[in-house]
Amino acid sequence: MKLHEYQSKRIFAQYGVPIPNGEVATTPAEAKAIAEKLGGRVVVKSQVLVGGRGKAGGVKLANNPAEAEAVAQKILGMDIKGLTVEKVLVDEAADIKQEIYLGIVIDRAIHKPVFIASSEGGVEIEIVAKENPDAIIHLPIDPLLGMQDFQARNLAFDLGLRGKLINQFVKIAKGLYQAFINSDASLAEINPLVVTGEGKLLAVDGKMLLDDNALYRHPDLEAMRDRQEEDESERIAREAGLSFVKLDGEIGCMVNGAGLAMATMDIVKHYGAEPANFLDIGGGAKAEKVATALRIILADPKVKAVLFNIFGGITRGDEVANGILQALEEVKTDIPMVARLVGTNEAEGRAILQAANFPSASSLGEAAQMAVAMAKGEQA
Amino acid sequence: MSILVGKDTRLVVQGITGREGNFHTQQMIEYGTNVVAGVTPGKGGEWTLGVPVFDTVKEAVETQGANTSIIYVPARFAADAIMEAADAGIELIVCITEGIPVLDMARVRTFLDQKDARLIGPNCPGLISPGEAKVGIMPAHIHKPGKVGLVSRSGTLTYEVVQALTDLDLGQSTAIGIGGDPIIGTNFIDVLKLFEADPDTEHVVLIGEIGGTAEQKAAEYIAKHMSKPVTSFIAGRTAPPGKRMGHAGAIIQGGEGTAAEKIAALEAVGVKVATLPTEVAELVKASMG
Repeated sequence: MKLHEYQSKRIFAQYGVPIPNGEVATTPAEAKAIAEKLGGRVVVKSQVLVGGRGKAGGVKLANNPAEAEAVAQKILGMDIKGLTVEKVLVDEAADIKQEIYLGIVIDRAIHKPVFIASSEGGVEIEIVAKENPDAIIHLPIDPLLGMQDFQARNLAFDLGLRGKLINQFVKIAKGLYQAFINSDASLAEINPLVVTGEGKLLAVDGKMLLDDNALYRHPDLEAMRDRQEEDESERIAREAGLSFVKLDGEIGCMVNGAGLAMATMDIVKHYGAEPANFLDIGGGAKAEKVATALRIILADPKVKAVLFNIFGGITRGDEVANGILQALEEVKTDIPMVARLVGTNEAEGRAILQAANFPSASSLGEAAQMAVAMAKGEQA
Repeated sequence: MSILVGKDTRLVVQGITGREGNFHTQQMIEYGTNVVAGVTPGKGGEWTLGVPVFDTVKEAVETQGANTSIIYVPARFAADAIMEAADAGIELIVCITEGIPVLDMARVRTFLDQKDARLIGPNCPGLISPGEAKVGIMPAHIHKPGKVGLVSRSGTLTYEVVQALTDLDLGQSTAIGIGGDPIIGTNFIDVLKLFEADPDTEHVVLIGEIGGTAEQKAAEYIAKHMSKPVTSFIAGRTAPPGKRMGHAGAIIQGGEGTAAEKIAALEAVGVKVATLPTEVAELVKASMG
């Protein structure tokens, strides 16, 4: 789950990371009022869950409250990469002398959290990694020990910080680490962490990604979820316990198992069509779950055919076949479909589908070709 | 012959009285796996499916000589169950559970570094040495004994490839699902090493997917250390960046982890990469003659 900039920074602030004074506005008038309260120059920042807000014109400076109102007027309602801006963060503008990148991710290979830092902050870290990999510092942290002071100090020195900035940095790095651990984050990032004209460190922008598997123990964070993050169909699927990602093609796919679901998408493409979605219905494939999944797939007007690919291990073919037919009782549709059932009780499953005149295939290749032909309006 | 599980396996099932655990225990016993104990805290002294239940893994090890554990407990208790098994001296721990928080796994892996236990998974189908032992949830009937070693990040996709191998009369020495999570106990390289050393494995199949760089690292290892031929399939050529494709580990991030770069890395070291899962079996057949 993604958090907005203002949500991420507020979490960081709870762990002692200094952030600019600021508040969130949903109307230009509110933006003006916040700017009046803050006094001086402010920056008005669109709060949408995509990167590249600055380039899209979603971040603007304003010299006074009237300007803040005018800028907010422009930004609110703006479309950034398909998302409508509904909120802006109005922050005190910082006097920036230097920009640093400071982030924490999980390193899969060494199975530990790792700090990523660079004195070349303010730009996308992926770009720095590609163009100037030597400018990036990696510091793994033992998850059983946590971050030690000397590690934070070393990081500060490696970043070229000196004098009073060292202790400020130690506090920020340790705070960010605690925020990462206590929120079960998969990413916590300050970019940029700036050195101000007054010689203070300030987290001007922040970003957090949370581990979906750990949200059960963070109801407070779960409550921060923005409905903009996911497509309506993805939300319904998540609430039904289905793993679903909407794509742009015309072949709806319903598969058990994530790897097989990806492979099924690839095969659809191999035979000349595009998948409309990734969908893993998981084990069991009970009628109710199949029906929910089918409704989600068919809600997409682009879908021209549906491909079921079920490899029954513990899941039984006859159960799945009955599940599909029961789902079709509930979800009436003219969209053509084909099912490929294999594994346990596959013969029984196919017999049930055959009796109901439901097209079925014995191999995945055959099923995908049938679905592609159906989508193109050819007789399967 | 086989790797990791076989006739010497003495299995303890953690979560044996749960619905999933009990069902799969029955399946494993029917396959011939030597299930010597079950563990459910608070139910010690009971029996299920002819297997004695203990309160702790330690008792199962001391009383029944268990050397391998399989874990079916819910995600919020699974990290604890893994550490309990390792602490009790279990050599091989297979964790089926899906949805364990990644930071829990970071702590578990760091703890396991100090123990002698090997972990398979989590979020995996387990492993099977056909004709010897099944320690997992895979449909046993699609397998047959033979000389192809198989390692995969996926469950049902593995079944697809196993079925295709068996259809072409290519049996398997051991088939292992290492799991789809970002942090797992045993990676491709660990398993490649074991297959390379196993005298009865002649050909290795590696099934990967988008996310991370495990396949690229496997390719480096294959180039340097593998004398046996390797055939591969990578799922997710059509997956979009930034979206988690079911498995917590299957996500293309910062342009890293695409199917294309994994396929290129494997092909560059002489691994044949199939376009379709069934094609894997055809490539293996052609190679083995």
